[in-house]
Amino acid sequence: MKSLKNHISLIVALFTVLFAVQIYVAVDRTIKAYETRLKNDYSIIVVANKTLSPDEFKAMDSIIDRSEPIATDQVLQRLQGEMSKKNLELLKLTLPKFYRIYLSRFPTPEEISKLQKRLQKNSSIQRVEGYAQTHDTVYKLMLLFKDVVQIFSIAIAAVTSLLILKEMRLWQFQHAERMSIMALFGAPVWLRSAVLFRLAIVDAIIATIVVCIAFFVIEENGWMDLLLNTVGITIDLFDFLQDGIRSLIIALSVSIILTMTIVIGNDEEE
Amino acid sequence: MDKVIIAENLSLSYKEFETIISKASFSIDAGSFVFITGASGSGKSTLLKSLYGAIEPRGGQLVVGGVKMNRISTSKLNFLRRHVGIVFQDYKLIKEWTIEKNVMLPLIISGYTKEVSDPQVQKLLGHVKLSHQAGKYPPELSGGEQQRVAMARALAHNPILILADEPTGNLDEYSSEVIWNLLEGANTQLKTTIVVVTHRIPSSISVPYKHFHIEMGNIHEIA
Repeated sequence: MKSLKNHISLIVALFTVLFAVQIYVAVDRTIKAYETRLKNDYSIIVVANKTLSPDEFKAMDSIIDRSEPIATDQVLQRLQGEMSKKNLELLKLTLPKFYRIYLSRFPTPEEISKLQKRLQKNSSIQRVEGYAQTHDTVYKLMLLFKDVVQIFSIAIAAVTSLLILKEMRLWQFQHAERMSIMALFGAPVWLRSAVLFRLAIVDAIIATIVVCIAFFVIEENGWMDLLLNTVGITIDLFDFLQDGIRSLIIALSVSIILTMTIVIGNDEEE
Repeated sequence: MDKVIIAENLSLSYKEFETIISKASFSIDAGSFVFITGASGSGKSTLLKSLYGAIEPRGGQLVVGGVKMNRISTSKLNFLRRHVGIVFQDYKLIKEWTIEKNVMLPLIISGYTKEVSDPQVQKLLGHVKLSHQAGKYPPELSGGEQQRVAMARALAHNPILILADEPTGNLDEYSSEVIWNLLEGANTQLKTTIVVVTHRIPSSISVPYKHFHIEMGNIHEIA
């Protein structure tokens, strides 16, 4: 019963670390998907005094993915009743060309500023509207969210690592008698501590399985998908192979490193 | 004759300025049977501890099985301990392991396969008359039986030296007899060097032996 309690303590602690990491990964994945969506929706408006081809735009900055002209016919149609046909034709000729520019990725505020300056250097371009204010708000909010989750995950991982270290100290006390008897017969450190490593590895595997099950349930449940769909994102929050392997590596690394810390510490005390 | 233990001006203490053994010089031949006696607190167990590296010499020199015990490295100490069998008064058996596995401990540490260790363990359990208890755990056995298990464990890896600290201190007559017979057998048949720390040398002992006595921190041989 006591042994089961010890196992559960370590499994819960490792599960918390893995869960925190997986949440961070899921948030990162969501933010990347949201960035792609924002990138697709985001465009810069350029006003030019002559026709510019898509290639000319692309040559101005590598971040430019494509450009499309904005038709002015609708605006002119509205003026049909108020102006003569001749004046309208004249206006059509003198009206500048409007373009919508799409980018290859979601830009940082600095990238927008640089791009605006480059575009404005072109003598044919009269005005550039980057909607920097709107862009900044969304982007900074997103980064803030990402940073908060990251700090939160690191804090959880640090606190739980300390708990694991404490738990392993308890294990070590429980096995101290056996380890000291083995030492009297010349057992090397790794053999004396084999039981600790075995327990740590088994618990790391169990914690990984539990985390995979937890995320599988969350994924299958569909409520996360529903939430993401409301902001126009459709992604797999959990990749069984990639995330499962990552979780196993993290769990094994954390438990083995902490066991080694305890074992080496104990050996030096001896 | 080869010397298994050589002590020159050996001083032992747990704290500075509190010497337990002071500048003792003695040697023990390979294959001999040695008793170390002395009053309680005279330093018998401390001397034995120094022979398996549980305490380091404070002064002088101590060589056990060709290994210098002064400032000994962990790897050298482990190497020495793999060639020494130790019997403690409080048995020091691993409670979570079966009797069989306890006896197998030195063989596991030395890296023997199960095919080699199993017959050796069965043979030794037979010698200590505990074959029928092989699957049990130490707390299920009497004190005498536990000491017989510890004795079998000390012999399992055919050590060059057996160190025994009051091996029959708390035992009944039958268990004491089994222990002494095994120690004598190991000494005569396998030529194992035996060093026993005890209050009293048993009258039943039939092999020739050396006797060292500790008094006031000095060790002297009694003819």
